[in-house]
Amino acid sequence: MQYHLPENYDTFNEARQNGFLRVKKIKENNGLVAGIFCTFTPLEILDAAGVIPVGLCGMSDETIPAAEGQLPKNLCPLIKSSYGFALTDKCPYTYFADLIVGETTCDGKKKMYEMLGTMKDTYILHLPQRHDDRALDYWTDEIRRFITYLEQKFSVKITEEAIRKAAVIRNAERQAKCQLMEMQKLDPPPVFGYQIYKTLEGAGFIFDRQETIDLLTGFQESAVKNYQSGFRPVPEASKRILMTGCPMGGVLDKTVKAVEERGGVVVCFENCTGIKAAAPKVDTDAEDIIRAVAARYLEIGCSVMTPNTKRMEMLKDLVKEYRVDGVIEVDLQACTPYAVESHSVRKLIGELGIPYMVLETDYGKADSGQISTRIEAFLEMM
Amino acid sequence: MDIFVGIDIGSTSAKTIVADEKGTILKRLVRPTGWSSVDTADAIRQQLIQEGVDVGGNPCVATGYGRIAVPYADKCITEITCHAKGAGRIFGEPDLTVIDIGGQDTKVIQVVDGAVSDFLMNDKCSAGTGRFLEIMANILGVRLDELTELASRGHDTTISSMCTVFAESEVISLIGKGEKKENIAFAVVDSIVKKVSSQAYKLDLGSRRACLTGGLCDSGYICEALSRELGTAVATHADGRYAGAYGAALLAAEM
Repeated sequence: MQYHLPENYDTFNEARQNGFLRVKKIKENNGLVAGIFCTFTPLEILDAAGVIPVGLCGMSDETIPAAEGQLPKNLCPLIKSSYGFALTDKCPYTYFADLIVGETTCDGKKKMYEMLGTMKDTYILHLPQRHDDRALDYWTDEIRRFITYLEQKFSVKITEEAIRKAAVIRNAERQAKCQLMEMQKLDPPPVFGYQIYKTLEGAGFIFDRQETIDLLTGFQESAVKNYQSGFRPVPEASKRILMTGCPMGGVLDKTVKAVEERGGVVVCFENCTGIKAAAPKVDTDAEDIIRAVAARYLEIGCSVMTPNTKRMEMLKDLVKEYRVDGVIEVDLQACTPYAVESHSVRKLIGELGIPYMVLETDYGKADSGQISTRIEAFLEMM
Repeated sequence: MDIFVGIDIGSTSAKTIVADEKGTILKRLVRPTGWSSVDTADAIRQQLIQEGVDVGGNPCVATGYGRIAVPYADKCITEITCHAKGAGRIFGEPDLTVIDIGGQDTKVIQVVDGAVSDFLMNDKCSAGTGRFLEIMANILGVRLDELTELASRGHDTTISSMCTVFAESEVISLIGKGEKKENIAFAVVDSIVKKVSSQAYKLDLGSRRACLTGGLCDSGYICEALSRELGTAVATHADGRYAGAYGAALLAAEM
């Protein structure tokens, strides 16, 4: 059978590369660009300021040797890679960024941002680490300070109305992402998880929000249409895998691809490019829109939170909703919060009665063979 | 008589088992893997033919890291599944904790009702693997079996580095300080036993019987040290090194 990719897949798949030209054009038209690293960055505020956010998370080991000239070897590859790109001027997004926005999401990043600040204007939002009212008060205040900073730096006015408008469109985009991910509840799912991830990743590099929403919806509708007309790219016997853990952009091939080449299919990504960050929405009718924006971000179950009950609750629901056969956690080397939390996740998944495995890896290729064997054995076990 | 072939191409040695439909072992072959799994697989094929085994005419499963280099195998299955299967049969228990110290990786496999229910493998570094012991034996100028024998007579010395390269320099400085060979050997074995045990602790050991498979299964002292560290008797068996190949042959019979 001929393999049809759903509409717009190539657009997403190539977005990160083609985005360079789009960013260049934005700069040529005197546009403003902010480099961001994390799902906690309050996007609505940047949108309302007319600053275009672009993700700077390094996903290749190419710049790690340069970064290790200044950073310790035993540090998360995402941090090293990202810093290396800034240091070597190899990332056009970092190069074009008028500002870098970071959050205190882990110790490694926090200290790396200080160093980044010597090369680029860097603003750090202090993220509280629990989910309660005091944390929300604090985080709302952090966001207000960020607004003041942006207004002064770029001589713009950030109105509540603009934030509300941005929240409506960001919510719509999150909803489109959720719909895309939720179609994978079908058995077998309409597409491979690899394509879902690449699509979600690519969406961050298309800078017009409405265009992104239309592309996402088009992709999802065409995949479902193909499916309904009997097209089944994923074999029915495929084991349904949920991925959780650290950001996986830099290790996608040796994890997700390896699963899908060995008789599995990733039906759900709980990671920050996946459902964890897309599910929470802003209450756009709230009286205090800034507080509502702040509240949405505190819903994200990142392992930097303590206790991180949101992640555990979400995992429990996802395993059921997506009829998951096994959970694979991918942790990046030296990521303490996720590595420690993996013990609780192992326990939780065990209680749900399905197998769990954790893979700790970095951006190198040295362990690809070993990881493939572990994935193969994991699938054989089911 | 139907016969079944299991081939386990590990990083250090390649093991082959020929079994009948009841699982009785008819032949055991072992040879160094060398640098090419493809050549090794071919040498095994020729040896089997010489021994009168019709390769290609009988079901064959390949396992181990060189499993994809066996063109005449009907199926490839990972060493984790094969070790669990083989060990279950060798030790005659449906529930087991299998500890396999291999050349380049160490596995702890939890077997419940004859099937793998969970497993752990060391990360990419060589700490806690057979290679670690080989390198240390080389520095001390002894064979692997001599190293473990020496270790059984040593005491009170530790190597703190988990990394093979750092541990090597620690051993060299112990030699330089004039530490007794048996004490250094003790420290080397102790380090690997602690590393393997900490891996095993991550799985719920429960009341299952623990057993040691892989190339070190002949070493009584390693078993003894592991038993001491884990607080439970670790069983071993003369066919332990063939557990993967035997499991592959048993799985070939189930095809």
